[in-house]
Order: sequence, then C-alpha cells, then structure tokens
Amino acid sequence: MTIMGEIERGSNTPSKSAAGNAVEQQDLGVLRFITAGSVDDGKSTLIGRLLHDTKTIFEDQLAAVTRASSKRGQEEIDLSLLTDGLEAEREQGITIDVAYRYFATPRRKFIIADTPGHEQYTRNMVTGASTAHAAIILVDARKGVLTQTRRHTYIAHLLGVRHIIVAVNKMDLVDHAQSVFDRIHADFLAFAGNLGIPDLRFIPMSALRGDMVVERGTGLAWYSGETLLQLLEGINVANDDDALPARFPVQLVVRPGTNTDFRGYAGRLESGVLRVGEEVVALPSGRHTTIKDIVLLDKKLPLAVAGDSVTLVLADEIDISRGDVIAAAATPPRSAKSIEARICWLSTDAPNAAGRFVLKHTSHSVKAKLARINDRIDINTFERQPTPAALAMNDIAHVTLSLAKPIFIDAYDSNRITGAFILIDETSNQTVAAGMIEA
Amino acid sequence: MNARIAESFAEGIAPVTLPLRSHLDWLESEAIHILREVAGECANPVLFFSGGKDSIVLLRLAEKAFRPGKFPFPLLHIDTGHNFDEVIAFRDTRAAELGERLLVRSVEDSMKRGTVRLHKETDSRNAAQSVTLLEAVDEFGFDAAIGGARRDEEKARAKERVFSFRDEFGQWDPKNQRPELWNIYNTRVHKGEHMRVFPISNWTELDVWQYIEREGIAVPSLYFSHKRAVIRRNGLLVPVTRLTPPRAGETVEEVPVRFRTVGDITCTCPVESGAANTREIIAETVLTTVTERGATRMDDQTSDASMERRKKEGYF
Ligand SMILES: Nc1nc2c(ncn2[C@@H]2O[C@H](COP(=O)(O)OP(=O)(O)O)[C@@H](O)[C@H]2O)c(=O)[nH]1
Repeated sequence: MTIMGEIERGSNTPSKSAAGNAVEQQDLGVLRFITAGSVDDGKSTLIGRLLHDTKTIFEDQLAAVTRASSKRGQEEIDLSLLTDGLEAEREQGITIDVAYRYFATPRRKFIIADTPGHEQYTRNMVTGASTAHAAIILVDARKGVLTQTRRHTYIAHLLGVRHIIVAVNKMDLVDHAQSVFDRIHADFLAFAGNLGIPDLRFIPMSALRGDMVVERGTGLAWYSGETLLQLLEGINVANDDDALPARFPVQLVVRPGTNTDFRGYAGRLESGVLRVGEEVVALPSGRHTTIKDIVLLDKKLPLAVAGDSVTLVLADEIDISRGDVIAAAATPPRSAKSIEARICWLSTDAPNAAGRFVLKHTSHSVKAKLARINDRIDINTFERQPTPAALAMNDIAHVTLSLAKPIFIDAYDSNRITGAFILIDETSNQTVAAGMIEA
Repeated sequence: MNARIAESFAEGIAPVTLPLRSHLDWLESEAIHILREVAGECANPVLFFSGGKDSIVLLRLAEKAFRPGKFPFPLLHIDTGHNFDEVIAFRDTRAAELGERLLVRSVEDSMKRGTVRLHKETDSRNAAQSVTLLEAVDEFGFDAAIGGARRDEEKARAKERVFSFRDEFGQWDPKNQRPELWNIYNTRVHKGEHMRVFPISNWTELDVWQYIEREGIAVPSLYFSHKRAVIRRNGLLVPVTRLTPPRAGETVEEVPVRFRTVGDITCTCPVESGAANTREIIAETVLTTVTERGATRMDDQTSDASMERRKKEGYF
C-alpha cells in the first residue's frame, strides 16, 4: 500500500463495527515490537518519529515536551522527551524501565516496548522481547556493528523474536552512502548469519530527518526497499502460532451450578487451532475426549485460533482443574519433572542458598529446585563459563531444574508460551528469572 | 471477521480458512486472560467500577471471562460525592442488570472519620480517593484490585505493569517493579500488600470507543453530545455546577459538549462536540489533537509529575 498519503489521523484505525466494510478487511490485528540500541543510537528519536509521523502525538504532549526542552536550555524540540516517563528519568536524562507506547495505522495497531539501552538493563530488554513479534536493532551508521549490537541481537533471538530488522540509523551523517550501509549489512551477517534468525531485514534510515521511517524522504534514493513502517505493517504473525499443535492451558473451571449442568474450561488457546468435534487430550489425566462446544459469552464458535480466550465444553466428564492443559491429541506436550533451560537472571540478589523457587509455567505453579548451573554466558564478551558458583543480574545461564511435580512442556524454540516460565523467590515474592525450556 | 487461508498442521486435514483476529479481538482476548488469572490466583479480588467508560468495558470483558458463572469478585465504587448524578444512576442500574454485588465506599465517610481533610468543600476530591480506596482495601482485605487504567493515559502509566505491586502502605514504587514476561503474571503478595491489575493496559482511548461500538455497550449519555452550561477558563470548558459556579466577570454559555472522561465534577471538563453516537465519537477520536487528560482534567496540568506522585501514594 502507499503510505505517505494515508497516514493521516483521519484514516487511522478503522472502526471494526461496520461489519464487512472495505476498510475493515485490512485490520491485521496487533504487532508488538521492541527497539534496541546503545545509548545515543537514536532509539528515542526513532520512537518519537514513528509516533509523530503517524500523527499519534497530541498537541498538549508536544507542548509539554517543548516546555521541557526549553527548560533544559535546548533549542530544538527533543522528541526523545516524549518517552521519558518518570521523574528520576527526567532528572538523570535516562530511561530506567520498560515503557509501552502505542500507535495505529489503517492496517494494524502497534505496541512498542521501549527498552533502555544501558548495559545494566539486559533484564529490561529480555522483558520487552518476551512478548515482541519483531525487534528493531539500531546501528549508528558511523559506528557500525558493535558489541552491543551483537548482544541485542542475541537477546532478541534467544527470546524467540522471529522478525528482526536492522535499522542503520544516522545515514545523514555518512553522506547517505550506500557503501556504509552495505558494509554494516555484511558485518552484521558475518556474526548473525548462522544464528538461524527466520526473518532478517536491513534498512537505512535517518530517524532525525524521518527518512525511511514513515516517509521515504529525499536522502536515500538508492534504496528501493520498503520503509520501516511498511515493513512493520507487512509482518505476518498469525500463521506463526496457528501452525503449531494446539495448547489450551486451563485457567478456570466455569461451573455455575444449581440450575444448570454447564461445565466449561476457561482459558486461552496459546497455539494452534481447535475445532468443535476435534479429539483432544487432557493432561495430566491423559484422558481423551472431543470438543463439544467453543463458547464466548452468548456465542458458540466453530473454532478457536491461537490467541483466542474462550471457554471449552467437552464431550465427556473428566476431571480437569486450573493448571491442566487441553492439547491436540496427536501431538501432546511432553511431561517433565526435570528440565534443562536457558534462564536470564533478573534479580539484583543472587539465587537463594537453598536454590528453591516457585516456577510459574502457563496457568500453574510448582516448586522447583535449581539443581545445577551448567554454564553462564557473559553477555558482554559472549564467553562461556562452565559451572559457575552463582548468578548475578543480567546473566544468561544454562541450568537444570528439578520440579516437585511434572509439568507439560514444549521446547521454547517451538512454542514461546508452553516453553516459557518464570522463577519466583518465595521469601521476597520477586520474579528472579525468566526461563526458556530447551529439553 | 476477515478470512485467510492457512495450512493446517495436522496431516490429512485439508487447508482451511481461518479467521483473522482484528486488533480488538487481540485486546479482548488479552484482557479476558488477565481477568481469569486474577480469578485463578488471587484469594480476594475486587473490581473498581465507577460508571465511567473504561470500567464499563471491564464489566463487558468480565462477562466474557466468567459467564455463565458469576463474577468471582464484587464491584467497588470509591465515591467522591462529587458525581454526575447520571453516572451514579448508570452505575446502580448496570450492577443490578448484571446481578453482581456493588460495594460503595465514600470519601465523605473518610472525611467524617477525619482521615481525609480538605481545604474547602469545593476542592477536588480526586486525590482524597486514594485514602478511601486504601481504607476499603484494608476493610475487606482485598489482595487484588482490578482497574480500568490505560497506559496511553499518562506518561507515568506507560511504565506500569499489568499486575502492579502495592506495598502495605498501598504505594507504587516505579523503580522497583517486578519484571513482567510473556503472559506469565507474578500475582504473589504478602499479607497486607496487594496488586492493582489493569486488564486494558494496552488499550487506547480509540480502542475503547471502537470496542464499545462493536459490542453495542451502553454508556451514560453525558458521553454523547448534549447542551450544557459552561464557562471558558484557561482553554478548558468548565461545567457550571453547584460546586463550580461562575466566577465574577465570567460568562456562562450553552455549548454542545460531550465528556471524554467522567470523574470528580470539580475537575472534569467536557469538550465541544456534536458527536451524538459512538460512531461519531470514533471519528472525532481519530482526529483529535489533544490527549484525554489534557482536554479534560484541571488537576493534571499542574505538573508533569503530578500523576506519578499520586500513584506512588496509592492512587488508582
Ligand atoms: N544526524 C542524526 N542525528 C540523529 C539521528 N537519530 C538520532 N540522532 C541524534 O542522536 C542523539 C541521540 O538520540 P536519542 O534518540 O536520544 O538516542 P537513544 O539514546 O538511543 O534514545 C540525539 O542528539 C539525536 O538528535 C539521525 O538519524 N541523524
């Protein structure tokens, strides 16, 4: 589609209500993405630019930013101030925590996880990446591929972000030279080429001038590819999850009792497709049955697709409770009482001496013991340290966990929901680690 | 719904046409999932219901999450006493229609107890709500309170978690928030602490109206265009009420207006509008150039950090 003319507020996200109208056909749902880059690569400028050029910034916000800019003695409006939320951040001129921003075009709604680029904030990027479909890795055209670029790419890939866009920014400062872009492209492929990133794109841009962000601009005429916004609008995410085996973690049993014998299982279909009449298996019981109804309030649906929150009614009465999973009968998840996983340590405290945690996986929690730390990767040097004694914040480690009860899992690289977990310290109740199951 | 062709993963099943999920489907599913996590994990939750559009949307989402069962929580309104009558009437009607329990705790009672002291009667009671709210949390021992706040409302909100931890003083510590990954929520609290839960965190004002339109949800009529006596003051339209009379020298005008938010009447302003139905509101929202709070709240303009401070102290 053509972008420039259409991104006016007047043509922003269409109403879904006028069922069947032409505009509605284009609603591609939601795309979540993160932006990653080192300090000063232009992350805030890019986000400000995306919001500004899609007409998402309001006059009063712009006025507040203008006031704040002049208070600091800056002459130009600093678009990056749009994204500094907290008092401490404004005082220190840095971003402390993951923030979420929103904008919409006629085609889809976007959610940006704005993750700080400081070295000590790996955990924020891990957090932002966990829900992202896509990652924009910013590279300063003058500096090229840095250690941080490798780190951000590694984290995005580790967290299963399938669509990675390398944005070579500040092209205006290198005379818009295609040779600079080509060299960075090649350098990037030299380290990332064999990571197995399913969808990797490169784009030259100037976030400051707005070239190739929403508008094509004038400086990069040699580049014939899509603008960043066009890339983001075109990413297909639905098929990624629908094509997987069905996984329906049960959140609640709906049993209103007294004058009805309704008994349904409420939850969200995290992957795959479920149809009425389809055979499923309930775990841990292992009982097979078929789906009688798929209900959403007063509607009965013929099928549910990945992401749908529905209530399932089953043909047979079997004992199912919160934390159980209803799955595709032919391809059920694996039962495991001991798991091997890659974790990111998120806490400022080292793991408690006993190594005991609560592990939360989909809709249930089990007690877990950190049986072994197999290795630890220094995220700055990528050095692998075997059997480290402890873990510190931002460490990425390979661990073995033993569980009090079996859970039903998939490998994270095949299912980002049933392959993921968090560890909670029972004393502090803090979320101390993010885990991705390997086996 | 839109249609698309997808390969079926299971062998022997022909390719099928799958529905494409619109952004509203996505937002709805996420919110239902969050509400069900509250029900599954929290011992004594409550849902804030004010009669405003965001909490009305929450009730619709709760119906989708729990029907044909009852809601696993009561509804709670923190009543400032500075209300639009119509909103209160709507609140009561809606709770009765749903057959769900509505609790009301009022700032007036906190004032009688002496826990809230206001300068003068006409002061905004927005901030005082925090006190009454925390008193209610204590009284009932709630461990989770579901609210309709959205991250697009205000800068400090953009960093708030979906499950947002409050210490035993009800305070929010923005620098010490639990990381929130995937859709796995850490709901654990010690006694005396609680969670604020925001199922529509990821919705914008436009999403809310689009959802109201799609679902055919009723909202109080002051959200639609009506004639109202107002005063133009500092770029805002201040409604003339018993608590906000005209000041000397000010002219009262009858203007077609609608409210974008409904809160304490002493500090909530309508915007000039002829939008008579949800479709027209959506059209206006798409075109609007001022944020919901910027256009309507007298108290948020004072300082960039005012919302953050209030939140730290236990505000919604
Ligand atoms: N010339 C030029 N400067 C840029 C560009 N993008 C960002 N900058 C500048 O680089 C500096 C750092 O940008 P900022 O967005 O704050 O970086 P962040 O730390 O990654 O958020 C600011 O002075 C920006 O104006 C660009 O495309 N071209």
